[in-house]
Amino acid sequence: MNSFSRQRRLTAAAMTALAVATSATACGSGSGGTGTNAADSGTYTIWDPYPQFDKSSDWAKLLDDCGTEAGVKIKRTAFDTSDLSNKALLAAQQDNSADILIVDNPVVSTLAEAGVLTTTDDNKLDTSKADPNLLAAGQSGGKTYGTPIGANTLALYYNKEVLKEAGVDADSVKDWTSLTAALEKVKKAGKKGITFSAIGTEEGSFQFLPWFWGSGAKLTELDSAEAVSALSLWKNWLDKGYAPNSVINNTQTTSWQEFASGDYAFAENGTWQLANAEKAGFDYGVLPIPGADGGNASAPTGGEFVTIPVQGDTGRYATSQRLVTCLTSTENLYDTDTTLSYVAPTSEVQDKQVAANAELKPWVDAVKAAKGRTSDDLGTKYPKISEQMWKAVQSALSGSNSPKDALTAAQSAVK
Amino acid sequence: MSHSRSQPGVPPGEARGRAAWAFLTPVTLYLALFYAYPLYRNVDLSLRDYTVRSFVQGDAPFTGLANYRTVFDDPTFAPALLHTVVFTAVCLVFQYVIGLALAVFFNQHFRLSVTLRALFLVPWLLPLIVSASTWSWMLNSESGIINAALHAIGVDPVNWLTSPSWSLTSVIIANIWIGVPFNLVVLYSGLQSIPASLYEAAAIDGANAWQRFWRITFPLLRPVSAITLLLGLVYTLKVFDIIWIMTKGGPADSSSTFATWSYQLGFGNLVPAFGPGAAVGNLLVVAALVFGLVYLRVQRKQALS
Repeated sequence: MNSFSRQRRLTAAAMTALAVATSATACGSGSGGTGTNAADSGTYTIWDPYPQFDKSSDWAKLLDDCGTEAGVKIKRTAFDTSDLSNKALLAAQQDNSADILIVDNPVVSTLAEAGVLTTTDDNKLDTSKADPNLLAAGQSGGKTYGTPIGANTLALYYNKEVLKEAGVDADSVKDWTSLTAALEKVKKAGKKGITFSAIGTEEGSFQFLPWFWGSGAKLTELDSAEAVSALSLWKNWLDKGYAPNSVINNTQTTSWQEFASGDYAFAENGTWQLANAEKAGFDYGVLPIPGADGGNASAPTGGEFVTIPVQGDTGRYATSQRLVTCLTSTENLYDTDTTLSYVAPTSEVQDKQVAANAELKPWVDAVKAAKGRTSDDLGTKYPKISEQMWKAVQSALSGSNSPKDALTAAQSAVK
Repeated sequence: MSHSRSQPGVPPGEARGRAAWAFLTPVTLYLALFYAYPLYRNVDLSLRDYTVRSFVQGDAPFTGLANYRTVFDDPTFAPALLHTVVFTAVCLVFQYVIGLALAVFFNQHFRLSVTLRALFLVPWLLPLIVSASTWSWMLNSESGIINAALHAIGVDPVNWLTSPSWSLTSVIIANIWIGVPFNLVVLYSGLQSIPASLYEAAAIDGANAWQRFWRITFPLLRPVSAITLLLGLVYTLKVFDIIWIMTKGGPADSSSTFATWSYQLGFGNLVPAFGPGAAVGNLLVVAALVFGLVYLRVQRKQALS
């Protein structure tokens, strides 16, 4: 009897230990998918990465209106950008994909590789109006997997008051040397230099890329002398106190909050902060990010693609295609991109945006010159390179490795 | 009131066995569905070579222990193991010691002790995302209140979250703060079951407070302490949210544990490495299981002696 109850206690306790541990680790098992479609054929599901928009937002209303136009009901779910690609993969594994999926552009090639997305040949989407440099992020192996809903990129915001106090002329910032000189003057004037985001996620790589590309480095060779010079530039700013140490943990949002405090002269941030810049309470200007020896560095394109995931029931594509066409029609694109504070992906709508707000002009130019992260035929190689790149940035900035050693380690890890 | 064997309504023999199984079915199904199956899937994931394509199509080739070899050979493995051990051990020791000290303190039943004890539960009641974000905000190197306080007393600012030598300490501090209430509550309830007469007798024999603690409280609290430490160990091994929100395991993996590394592998990249991620997760499960069995063995020895 005694041994029996002991045995039972043993089993029970082992089960408890297992259960507690499993709940933490079983997330990789694919059981976490949120079921969506197939409940009702008249309901179409849309997943987007815009959790900031609630039911009463213009974006949600636009989705509903497009649904009404196509004669179906819309069920919208908003995810955090970083969650969405994995959620989409899990859903596809369970054959439970959303009808329309709006994803960050560098994810498209990965989802396409996984066979989750339909091509424009299958779904009959018309992508002829979109700018080719933007559309490139959604193309791989000669096929197109969606259409951009809007684009954004990075530039340098500057605080006119801080620059004036420090005696810096914003027009004098032409290359890295003049930028660093400006930061030095700002610091001497008792203000803070520049803030950016070097966090250990895709955001960190996104923010580092303009400097990386601006040095002439290529993503296929992370340990080149040019790449080291770009990382050394950032490292030097931290060492001299031109940039705060907090950049290592900054997201683009926290970095923006630092700039909005009014103490910083410069901030590297994106088109989507324009609306917040108006509210910041000080005079600001926008500069393109300079290349190492002058000229403008290519910044990476940001922004999402509207895609149509593969469905068991191929009959759904026709309605999905109508919904996407509605969402990306000229007048709706204008409204959507205004709400998102994005630059439109077609020149027709871009002209309309600049006509309405002349301040968008530098951003439209920047988007036209920007480069997709997965372009240059990198495709699904990009995410691996990017992970090593942000790790190198983190270890160099935090001082655990020199820029050269960090990038050498990164390059050997990619191979 | 006694029941006779032949009472109508109680099925004899075989039918009785079937009834017993029927009663067992719900819990068996529950365990199979929510514990055994996910666990099986996790083991299966870790033994196959998953790419994004084969993950979706479900035709990943079986590769045996290749994922485990990848994980063991990874330069992150040794630091992650070390951080997991340090994180778990340091958190457990401090949570237990502070929790026990507070439990003994509140056991004095002074005025306001109930109110104060309730206040100590706050960290436990707060959603982890709130406490972790608050910690990360307080520890911010530029604008954090902790560096401001250090500055006020003339100490140089510390890069709590962004320096490789401090990040692990920072997440440990935050996790101790979160774990103390649990230890406090369990140990406090354990203290209630120690008869007051023992303390009275000891006092009459001239034992001072220190002797009373070491000779009465601590030994009599041993079973409660053991379960507190075991549960604490399992909770601490798998701590993920706090570390992820505060440092993402960085900078340069300086605060990554098996839990964050597993997530990093499986979900932290645009191209997820599910196989190695699941392998790391399984190592964690095994570690928790081993400690569970050690606990049972110790308990059995205690019961026998």
